[in-house]
Amino acid sequence: MHIELTGEPIDVAAVLAMVEADGAGAVNAFVGTVRNQSTGKRVVRLHYEAYDAMAVGQMRRVAEQAQEKWPMLQKVAVVHRKGTLEIGDVAVAIAVSTPHRAESFAACQFIIDTIKKVVPIWKKEEYEDGAVWVAAHP
Amino acid sequence: MLCSYELPGVYETLLAIEQMKLKIALFGITKEIVGKPELELEASAEQSVAGLIDQLREKYPALNELTSFAVAVNSDYAADDYQLHEHDEIALIPPVSGG
Repeated sequence: MHIELTGEPIDVAAVLAMVEADGAGAVNAFVGTVRNQSTGKRVVRLHYEAYDAMAVGQMRRVAEQAQEKWPMLQKVAVVHRKGTLEIGDVAVAIAVSTPHRAESFAACQFIIDTIKKVVPIWKKEEYEDGAVWVAAHP
Repeated sequence: MLCSYELPGVYETLLAIEQMKLKIALFGITKEIVGKPELELEASAEQSVAGLIDQLREKYPALNELTSFAVAVNSDYAADDYQLHEHDEIALIPPVSGG
């Protein structure tokens, strides 16, 4: 299991290589990237802030939960970026390997969906005329 | 300050026992609301997570406008009834938005 929070650009090919396993017939990956607009506003860039120790701990727990739900899971890699990201940059890369494809899709989706709910990382969207912490206010 | 000199010794000791100093790490929107990355707060020695949340909501009304916020203790989400200790590593967790 590879869990990482990094201030450096994420190398997606390297994340895929981390889950190579002889018992795997499927590798599934999710790559989250920075979009140029949000709720109709043009986004200039994003700033990610993390509570580092807890973020890594929570990402690890999510990966462990995936392993409990899908015991056939061979390997898991989760790499999340922090700091300032430009449009098109990779914010998160998740890769899983399993014997068959159905479980790889399910496990990968579970991991990204759960990460978005529990991992203490905060995204600030910067627009041409201001900036907003995403989801902070109703 | 004069007041503390006038307190009988026993009462002074009691006060010392009943209060504790908490350090609270702040992130994202909560860091902006409070205006610094770490907050020091006097709390009653019996303070729970729920009590701390009430205390903070009162001191920083802008926290009431947030969608939600949780408290983490020693790098994990803490239950409302968890009883805080002086050396706990406490953090406010506003709505997360990673991924």
